[in-house]
Amino acid sequence: MKEIIKEYVIKEYVEDDTDVTYDTPLISGGIVDSFSMVSLKRFLENKYKISIPDDKATPEAFDSVNKICVLVNEYLK
Amino acid sequence: MAYTNKTRGMYTEILSGLKEAGLFKQERFIHSAQAADIEVEFPAGAALKKVINICANNYLGMSSHPEVVKAAHAGLDSHGYGMSSVRFICGTQDIHRTLEQMVTKFLGTEDTILFPSCMDANAGVFEAVLTKDDVMISDRLVHASIIDGIRLCSAMHDTFKHSDMAHLEEKLQLHNDKRLKCVITDGVFSMDGDTAKLDKMVELCEKYDALLFVDDSHSSGFIGKTGRGTHEQYGVVGKIDIITTTFGKGLGGASGGCVSGRKEIVEMCRQKARPYLFSNTIAPPVVAGVIKVLEILSASTDRRDKLERNTEFWRKGLIDAGLIIKAGDTPIVPVMLFNAKLAQDVSCNLYEEGIYAIGFFFPVVPQGAARIRTQISAGHEIHHLEKALDAFKKVGKKYEILGKTKQEIIERYGM
Repeated sequence: MKEIIKEYVIKEYVEDDTDVTYDTPLISGGIVDSFSMVSLKRFLENKYKISIPDDKATPEAFDSVNKICVLVNEYLK
Repeated sequence: MAYTNKTRGMYTEILSGLKEAGLFKQERFIHSAQAADIEVEFPAGAALKKVINICANNYLGMSSHPEVVKAAHAGLDSHGYGMSSVRFICGTQDIHRTLEQMVTKFLGTEDTILFPSCMDANAGVFEAVLTKDDVMISDRLVHASIIDGIRLCSAMHDTFKHSDMAHLEEKLQLHNDKRLKCVITDGVFSMDGDTAKLDKMVELCEKYDALLFVDDSHSSGFIGKTGRGTHEQYGVVGKIDIITTTFGKGLGGASGGCVSGRKEIVEMCRQKARPYLFSNTIAPPVVAGVIKVLEILSASTDRRDKLERNTEFWRKGLIDAGLIIKAGDTPIVPVMLFNAKLAQDVSCNLYEEGIYAIGFFFPVVPQGAARIRTQISAGHEIHHLEKALDAFKKVGKKYEILGKTKQEIIERYGM
């Protein structure tokens, strides 16, 4: 899952040679702006057949690949 | 009195921080009418300096056009100074509706509604026509006023990479379950001077049943063979659902803006757009001035043709001098310097040489993309542009950037 999400983040948001690891700060690091978070949320919901409530899709919860995996796993259960 | 020393100190500290970060904006006082040749007081209190202005949005040189000034005087005499009312109470005159009809004809749309500014048009339109069941899909480089309008709207918002049509198509597929999809773009992007691929965007919007919104503020009056805008250049007149534009740039340079497009959408704005409902509209003398501008531009393409020739001369001159510019064919011509301090220093040196051009750097443009944004006008004569080119060459030589690559400039001055 981590690799799939990381690949999506790179393809969707990175337009230069910025290195993205599982812990790279995505929102606070300026890689993903708050407007663009919606496509990440929809990607996760479609890919893993889950529904993430809007109040859980916070900048903090989406701030790294690792944190996103924690969030997704919560709704996969 | 609640404005305590603590509160004052807080704001003073914030303002000091802006100064330390090099983000503090200072106005330069122009003592003449807006034109190619202006007299500037800068810094405040300094003696007036005559300079050539190459950073105004005065693309067609209409800001001080004698016929426009005369028409505004006549409008002031016949229709007064202001309306003291919003449009729907007692703030609509015959000339407001006349201007709306003229803009509709000029842009080739179905109907038009005036706003106090294009900033207001963009702030009001999305909230008026979209709901939480809809999605807005915007280019990542759209103007700040569109971002504000999007923030005020309850519809979902997503973005696509700048001018990347494959990415836009992915987003249209991703959000295909929404009631309405609205694709949002600038016609000409104000920082880079490039144009949106409206022919491709129309195709995609037709394929996925999406609305297309274009802010043509940096296009209206001069892009396209008869100056109608980017939709004319790309052969899609009549196919853009919502166009917003301003009367504060090519179309006179004073103030005001509009939403023009499908008649039902325009009517939705008339019923629901808050900047229209809760603010006075454009003042009568300005309306009269814009009407004259549209009469002049509808009668002849001389001014946009001259602007096109000036732009070609300017772009070629900069390239021949060995400077790096953003490719394109619009009168927005960014001279790339990459480093913020270098951009500021070059701007100061140009001013000393009698050329008024401003440096742009992060956060207005991305980190490492600092530049001098030059803007060409039909009000410029070739001698203005030759003098400006000489100044760029002199300053460029001083900083040893002529003929240098991006990499070489960055290696010397940093990002």
